[in-house]
Amino acid sequence: MSRLHVDWTACDGRGLCAELLPELLAEDDWGYPVPKGDLTVPPALEPAARQAVDRCPALALRLTAVSAERAPASS
Amino acid sequence: MTSVVEAPPGSRVQLRLLAGTHDGRLDSHLAQHGRLPVLDAAQVIGLARDAGLTGRGGAGFPVWRKLSAVAAAGRPPVVIANGAEGEPASGKDRALLTYAPNLVLDGLQLAALGAQSAVLYVPAAAHRPLQTLIDARRRAGLDRVPVRLVAAPDAFVAGEETAAAAAVAGRGAVPADKLVRITESGPGGSPTLVQNVETLAHLAMIARYGPGWFRAAGTADEPGTFLATISGAVASPGVVEAGYGVALGDLISAAGGATSALSAVLVGGYHGGWVPAAAALPVSRAALTAYGASPGAGVIVALPRHACGLMETARIAGYLADQAAGQCGPCVNGLPRLASTLTDLAHRRARPGLPAEVDRLARLVTGRGACRHPDGTARLILSAMHAFEPDVAAHLAGRCLAAGASR
Amino acid sequence: MADALWYFARGSGVISLVLLTVVVALGIGARSGRTAFGLPRFAVNLLHRNAALLAVVFLVGHVVGLLFDPYAQLRVFDLVVPFAGNYRPVWQGFGTLAFDLVIAIVVTSLLRHRLGARTWRAVHWLAYLCWPIALLHGLGTGTDNGTAWLWSIAALCAATVLAAVAWRLTPSFTRYPHRADRQVNSRLLPAVAPTSGSTPTPAGAPSPHAGTSPHTGSPTPAGMPGVPEEAR
Ligand code: HEM
Ligand SMILES: Cc1cc2nc3c(=O)[nH]c(=O)nc-3n(C[C@H](O)[C@H](O)[C@H](O)COP(=O)(O)O)c2cc1C
Ligand code: SF4
Ligand code: SF4
Repeated sequence: MSRLHVDWTACDGRGLCAELLPELLAEDDWGYPVPKGDLTVPPALEPAARQAVDRCPALALRLTAVSAERAPASS
Repeated sequence: MTSVVEAPPGSRVQLRLLAGTHDGRLDSHLAQHGRLPVLDAAQVIGLARDAGLTGRGGAGFPVWRKLSAVAAAGRPPVVIANGAEGEPASGKDRALLTYAPNLVLDGLQLAALGAQSAVLYVPAAAHRPLQTLIDARRRAGLDRVPVRLVAAPDAFVAGEETAAAAAVAGRGAVPADKLVRITESGPGGSPTLVQNVETLAHLAMIARYGPGWFRAAGTADEPGTFLATISGAVASPGVVEAGYGVALGDLISAAGGATSALSAVLVGGYHGGWVPAAAALPVSRAALTAYGASPGAGVIVALPRHACGLMETARIAGYLADQAAGQCGPCVNGLPRLASTLTDLAHRRARPGLPAEVDRLARLVTGRGACRHPDGTARLILSAMHAFEPDVAAHLAGRCLAAGASR
Repeated sequence: MADALWYFARGSGVISLVLLTVVVALGIGARSGRTAFGLPRFAVNLLHRNAALLAVVFLVGHVVGLLFDPYAQLRVFDLVVPFAGNYRPVWQGFGTLAFDLVIAIVVTSLLRHRLGARTWRAVHWLAYLCWPIALLHGLGTGTDNGTAWLWSIAALCAATVLAAVAWRLTPSFTRYPHRADRQVNSRLLPAVAPTSGSTPTPAGAPSPHAGTSPHTGSPTPAGMPGVPEEAR
């Protein structure tokens, strides 16, 4: 399984990802993607997710492997 | 409304970091606390874990987990003592660096065992006395890892940990994306540890007096003391030290008591939440969660009856929107919209669906930024909508419940 | 045989110019973030890329054709280094330059995940230089220069690109014109000139509200009177 990561410092709200992954993403009032859940990518959507990562004009998307071990997160 | 839990016994205003002479001088520090015991990095991690020490910069994350993550990276880290204190309602880091800076520098040495560099990140205005002290400590052979001062810009998000790391690396104090954690690889590629200055001061105390001593204050789940900055409608605003779980009323009394009847108290600062002005309410994560608040960085602002909580929150929201780092679309667009919507409500420019719109926008920005600035701002606003529910209804009807409100 | 090559080279050159025009227009369309011709955004994007790849195919055909063409006397060297050719060096040089630029733009685009958005974007801006150069080359060097059909195609291409660029420059170009600019807050940048007469206390602190002002002086531990201030 993998998870989609949005780098908000890079995302320019071009809206390609929400088109390619309507199951995972909607758009907000300004055209920036809104995750519908925690952005875990089910296997069936993996190809579309990979395409979104590839086509994002701002290179703001990454697919990361969801691993059991999580490094510390702090704010 | 959740009932107010009784404050556990033994939690009261209690001096540790601020006990004793606290004149900031090296000789009085050594007379009071002596030198640090010689420890290795693994021992420091063990002490932090046994003591249950959590971060005092706001997030309350267990210190030992960050220490071990950095140690696990296997390369000499950059260790940053974060004294940026961008939060306007907070003064505790500045107080600590004024009255007990040696504890902070001791703690920095402990966290920086094996580090390539140790940095004290504080506003430029505080540099001169600290540089003198750093030099004196170096001459006295106290600091194995040399300490460098880096200026923190006077801005709210400048103290966010990736912003601090970026500033230390010589860039703008701008938060970064967190796909790669800075504990693994910071801006310069080195593992980076950022701890609040107060956290480090506690670490220095734990190294001397032990985890058992540390746990004698606070609650079993949230051990130790914390520094609270108390302001608003209190007789002598300032910094108070107390164990977690201290009753809100005790903190207010320690700051001279309320100067007028209070309608609510802001706990945790501008990223915190509004809670009822209940004297018995324990200031602990466990008790405050019910209000969507947490002790955070220890900020307590007492709101008098004659002030309007919605107005006050709208003012803070406007300030926070203005302070956004300007990088992330949802934050840059969402916070100003959120602030202006709340301002409309505060000024009783009622329109249908106004509270629902505030709610929607607050949820919309949450989790959608490189840092937690939007999350914190949304949390504050949602707590206000809850705590001031009667005021919201009155405002929609064109009235204001605040006693002093004339408009 | 030589004539066939010459026609092929000319034909593929003209098609390349038309394709580049389409590519630029689609690039601008993609940049607008709008859907076009009923196509979703990602498709506009994809079309832009595929048209660019097709243009490269025709460009390579154009160039290889010329390489074997006895009139043009092109050397491999001339494909890379502009303005060194024997045959109309200036006009041909424009062609070489445009070709190099297209290759650079396409190669960086295909590698953009490796190069990073900044580098990719910087090279991509050269498209606005590349296209006029390609047009000049086409108008200046061809044997057909002066023929009505070439001029009409060139005029059509120019009109298309000019219209697209003009649209690119209008304030309502992007799909959310009222969106706030993402721009790093200047107060976070290093070495901001100290604000005049700045005080050491939080100067940017919001104006205090009656009764709720965060104190701005040096906070003293409350309830601990007589703390010496010398340490400050
Ligand atoms: C493999 C080849 C190419 C790929 C993958 C590609 C991809 C892209 C992408 C993703 C955009 C940005 C859309 C956005 O920011 O939303 C773009 C814009 C653009 N492209 Fe390309 N492109 C390629 C080749 C070319 C070529 C050969 C040209 C012209 C010579 C060209 C001209 C443009 C122009 C003019 C823009 C608009 C730039 C702006 O005004 O910001 N592209 N391209
Ligand atoms: C917008 C924002 C501002 C922050 N400002 C500060 C600050 O001024 N000082 C601080 O110590 N932590 C601040 N933090 C928290 C830090 O990101 C980080 O969690 C903390 O410095 C880690 O130290 P600790 O674990 O010892 O608390 C801020 C966080 C955010 C999201
Ligand atoms: S495709 Fe990229 S730039 Fe566009 S909205 Fe999605 S993440 Fe943002
Ligand atoms: S979320 Fe807001 S404050 Fe945080 S980095 Fe992004 S724009 Fe800046």
